[in-house]
Amino acid sequence: MRNISFSDATLEAMQEEMRRDERVFIMGEDIASQGGIFGQFKGLPKEFGLERVRDTPISETAIVGAGIGASLAGAVPVIDMHFADFIGVAMDEVLNQMAKIRYMFGGQATLPLVLRAPDGVTRSAAAQHSQSLEAWFLHIPGLKVVIPSNPADAKGLLKAAIRDPNPVIYFEHKDLFRQKGPVPDGDYLTPIGKAAVVRQGDDVTIVSYSAMLGKVQKAAEILAEQHQINAEVIDLRTIVPMDLETVYTSVKKTKRLVIAHEAVKIGGVGGEIAAAVSENILEYLDGPIVRVGAAFTPVPFSPPLENRVIPQVEDVVNAVLTARW
Amino acid sequence: MLLIRRFEEKVNEKFLAGDIPGFVHLYIGEEATAVGVCSALTRADYITSTHRGHGHTIAKGADVKRCMAELYGRKTGYCKGKGGSMHIADFGVGMLGANGVVGGGINLAAGAALAVQLRKAKEVAVCFFGDGASNRGTFHEGLNMAAVWKLPVVFVCENNQWASTTPLHEATAVTDISQRATSYAIPGVMVDGNDVFAVYEAAQQAVERARQGEGPTLLECKTYRIKGHFVGDPEQYRTREEVMAQMEERDPIKKLLERILADELLTEEQLREIERKVEQDVAEAVRFAEESPFPDPEEAFEDLYVEGEADHA
Repeated sequence: MRNISFSDATLEAMQEEMRRDERVFIMGEDIASQGGIFGQFKGLPKEFGLERVRDTPISETAIVGAGIGASLAGAVPVIDMHFADFIGVAMDEVLNQMAKIRYMFGGQATLPLVLRAPDGVTRSAAAQHSQSLEAWFLHIPGLKVVIPSNPADAKGLLKAAIRDPNPVIYFEHKDLFRQKGPVPDGDYLTPIGKAAVVRQGDDVTIVSYSAMLGKVQKAAEILAEQHQINAEVIDLRTIVPMDLETVYTSVKKTKRLVIAHEAVKIGGVGGEIAAAVSENILEYLDGPIVRVGAAFTPVPFSPPLENRVIPQVEDVVNAVLTARW
Repeated sequence: MLLIRRFEEKVNEKFLAGDIPGFVHLYIGEEATAVGVCSALTRADYITSTHRGHGHTIAKGADVKRCMAELYGRKTGYCKGKGGSMHIADFGVGMLGANGVVGGGINLAAGAALAVQLRKAKEVAVCFFGDGASNRGTFHEGLNMAAVWKLPVVFVCENNQWASTTPLHEATAVTDISQRATSYAIPGVMVDGNDVFAVYEAAQQAVERARQGEGPTLLECKTYRIKGHFVGDPEQYRTREEVMAQMEERDPIKKLLERILADELLTEEQLREIERKVEQDVAEAVRFAEESPFPDPEEAFEDLYVEGEADHA
């Protein structure tokens, strides 16, 4: 175990996978010359050359489209989207091509491909550089979507995504890149589709993921100290396929459910989980399911405005108190 | 060419009879482009296609029986009934799929070429698209990136004069799509897309250039869409006379036959033999399709992911 940053953990994943499999290559804007905006690609060209670590024109449509074509012809592309917001520019490639190529061709195609998408709110990046869009892709069959909350999972999920024969969108929260945490030595994978119970508790289940999980853990401490409420915290880790079994098991035990994410609450992943729980195990619930998410506004620029619209620790605390009415 | 023509005439008939579901976009009148270009390719080379993709698929060497079965939505079709006419594909011959989105295949071909370049192989990728697609961003981004990286790809614009129901001059600032190659510093070549020999020669040069690592070519094949945008299109945007005149003067199959007889490439008897064989293949394809079972409804849940299903419902 070493204590390394989220950014370095993803860099290790890239190094290990590119050494292991020469079909793996990476392309995106400013990744070779600059090392990526968050340093997540630093040094890769030196070891693997500018063919396999390539700077692209600012042409998201071509980048994603070519990634898909390369994948169909036997390569394993990792595509950096610079900012998750820019997936919108290449949305046809994601929803009409990447997600459907295997299915609509009757399984003739195999599409190993990772789309890395830095998302989330950090340092006043404002409305077009701050979005969390994971719910969009929950709604499109054919993709997998992973979203790590810590350096160990960042590495393990990226490696698993690269080895997965399906297209995987890998959301990495911009505010997590510098965060450090323990990362196991050597080769390991974090399985796609398995949630983790990161805190045991009996009084309420809180489901979260990505950077929001840190706030949830702080909220869980406050709840334990100030309200004698012992929360069980689940890190979803994967949005598609979603590990609802782990959620159901926990809710059956705690009888209460709060879901917290940084993405806009309306139409978010939380709504899907709430619906699934009420459809399938409603009889176990002793209180209302409560969702915590961003306000229904674009993310504003000025720090006090930004803090106001994205969910905070106290919002999670209040949600739990509401769920315990 | 004749196989594509007869296949499509039969598809037209069977669609109007209600035997083929969905939408069908016919390639009639454009056969020389697919055949001319694919004749310059090997089985290992890649192509990507448009929503008008039967011709490309057959020209690349796919089996007409499985093509027809796919159009009929049968289990024995290339896509097991999940794709249909707009998504016909045969990965076995490097045909990476027809595309329901105009211009959707352009960068897929560039990407296939990128994979070839990365593994230092010699295959070439060819992208077929129409004049309408050349107005999309995907075209401009793809040509630029392929040019910068010298990818082994040939961009084949089938300028059939119609973007759905809109004539070329109303939607496109240039009259020749090949002019656009200038913006990307690659060769722009224009040929009569209804002359299979001319198409073949130009395609061969472009393919050779790509194989030698010299980068992409934009090859414009001037042709004409004889049928409506889709089968059943009332075609209020053009006159019957215009279409008849094009067919009279430029039918690629008629042109080919004239050349064959003039140059004595084949005898009339040999031509009749080809005609018989084609009729037989198409009839067999229809029989195969009609006798093939529909997929079991449960098969709708297969082929989404390589292993396991993401089902959280």
